[in-house]
Amino acid sequence: MSLDVESIRKDFPIFETQVHGKPLVYLDSASTSQKPRQVVDRIVRFYEAENANVHRGVYELSEKATAAYEGAREACARFVGARDVRSVIFTSGTTDGINLVRFTWARANLNEGDEILVTEMEHHSNLIPWQLVAQEKGATLRHLPIDDEGKLRMDLLGDYITERTKVVAVSLMSNVLGTINPVRALADAAHAVGARIVVDAAQAAPHVPIDVNELDVDFLAYSSHKMLGPTGAGALYGRLDLLEEMPPFKGGGEMINTVYPDHSTWAEVPHKFEAGTPNIAQAVGMGAAVEYLEALGMANVRAHEKDMITYGMKALSDAGATVYGPSDVEQRGGVASFNIESVHPHDMATILDQEGICIRAGHHCAQPLMRVLGVAATARASFYVYNTPDEIDALIEALDKAKGWFA
Amino acid sequence: MVRLSLEELYKEVILDHYRAPRNKGQLDPNDIALERNNPLCGDEIELFLKFDGEKLEGIAFDGKGCSISQASASMMTERVKGLPVKEAGALAETIKRMMAGEEEGDPDVLGDLVSLKGVVKYPVRIKCALLGWNTLLEALEESGRN
Repeated sequence: MSLDVESIRKDFPIFETQVHGKPLVYLDSASTSQKPRQVVDRIVRFYEAENANVHRGVYELSEKATAAYEGAREACARFVGARDVRSVIFTSGTTDGINLVRFTWARANLNEGDEILVTEMEHHSNLIPWQLVAQEKGATLRHLPIDDEGKLRMDLLGDYITERTKVVAVSLMSNVLGTINPVRALADAAHAVGARIVVDAAQAAPHVPIDVNELDVDFLAYSSHKMLGPTGAGALYGRLDLLEEMPPFKGGGEMINTVYPDHSTWAEVPHKFEAGTPNIAQAVGMGAAVEYLEALGMANVRAHEKDMITYGMKALSDAGATVYGPSDVEQRGGVASFNIESVHPHDMATILDQEGICIRAGHHCAQPLMRVLGVAATARASFYVYNTPDEIDALIEALDKAKGWFA
Repeated sequence: MVRLSLEELYKEVILDHYRAPRNKGQLDPNDIALERNNPLCGDEIELFLKFDGEKLEGIAFDGKGCSISQASASMMTERVKGLPVKEAGALAETIKRMMAGEEEGDPDVLGDLVSLKGVVKYPVRIKCALLGWNTLLEALEESGRN
């Protein structure tokens, strides 16, 4: 293993708790991750020693708060390889970030007859905003299909990206299949017809190194809570020239330059998109999560998860489960959605919970994908920096027990 | 009342009906067919009702989903078949109150159904257990007889 998992686990106080008298086996990080002491302590320290509003006080405490908040922005920019810190907007999460693009860039640039390309594997957060703006603008939504292994049908790209395509919205990593999508190739194809590419990196950012320049994406949204940070924070990277042209998102304090009774001028990017008092402590916590992950090294995080998913896929298959998604671990992250014929995912999740094992069961906010897979629901185990092969063994043992009940 | 462990709940109550559901399939002819699902889980129930005056003469269900949703619907059809409509409706309301923890549930009145109370311990599964009952209440209302 490429990470010292035993020492990492000591950073996470939650692993001291028990569930139904059993040690906690947390295999639902794709839903939300646990938080290390370093992140929790950073938030506490902010509230106890630095708390003030940002960008307005002239006193020292406000300067400290502003420095903490803007320092977190620098960390979030660095984390995705953004060269200019102004191209990173703090949001409340990925959904908020994608909706920001919907309400600003998309509203200003989409017209009747234009096409929006999404994929069959999108999370609702990268589907519904596009459905809504398509309805509003009379644009057409198209869905790039997936193959039997849950990989995008890149061979069909020529039919799906056309002169009418104005935006391609795709996840970097699927929250159900674990598929890591060839975003650079999609970006090139989108740019070749003058379209923009919007990337949902909620699932990818915690698990794979990201460089927005290498990927050549126009927008990329990610969430703090899936990458060891607090809930209520996220970041949206946007290409600076696009952000500068875009109309503001929400109106209110912080996002203005000069206000007159009947009109106003806007603050510079990124503040133009950050109306109201932001989630300051959460953003600071997100910055601490970035620093924690940087210290581990994202390449090491990725290597650990490749080991985990390799082990997990084999163990689940050996236990008789159908595992969805690519078999090649180079093309998938640490997410294993699976089904066992005799045990419904919800029954399984309830039975596993009795053993202290947390997995997700359901449609994973991807109902259209469930239909493509031909299932109503799946069970899902997902792995992160603190998970061990022993926990996969515990999962398999509990699955065997569940199978026994239903035999 | 003795609390069932999860294993007892499954083995003694749920699995019998899940493996051998009663009144499963379509009912034709019927007076009402109503399909409802549990958007969070994907559990689906389609309920078929046939009335004889004010009596629920026939009932059948079709669907797919977790064992609790399907077993509870099976138990429901077994119990309400042949009941006066108003009695069936009142029973569904009683079950809902019991699952909400507002009522103990009288074993003399509810019979086997009282064991559904074992699900109350697993709050996210309550909606599974109630899918059939809620669909029944809606169907009865639609019939104008309840």
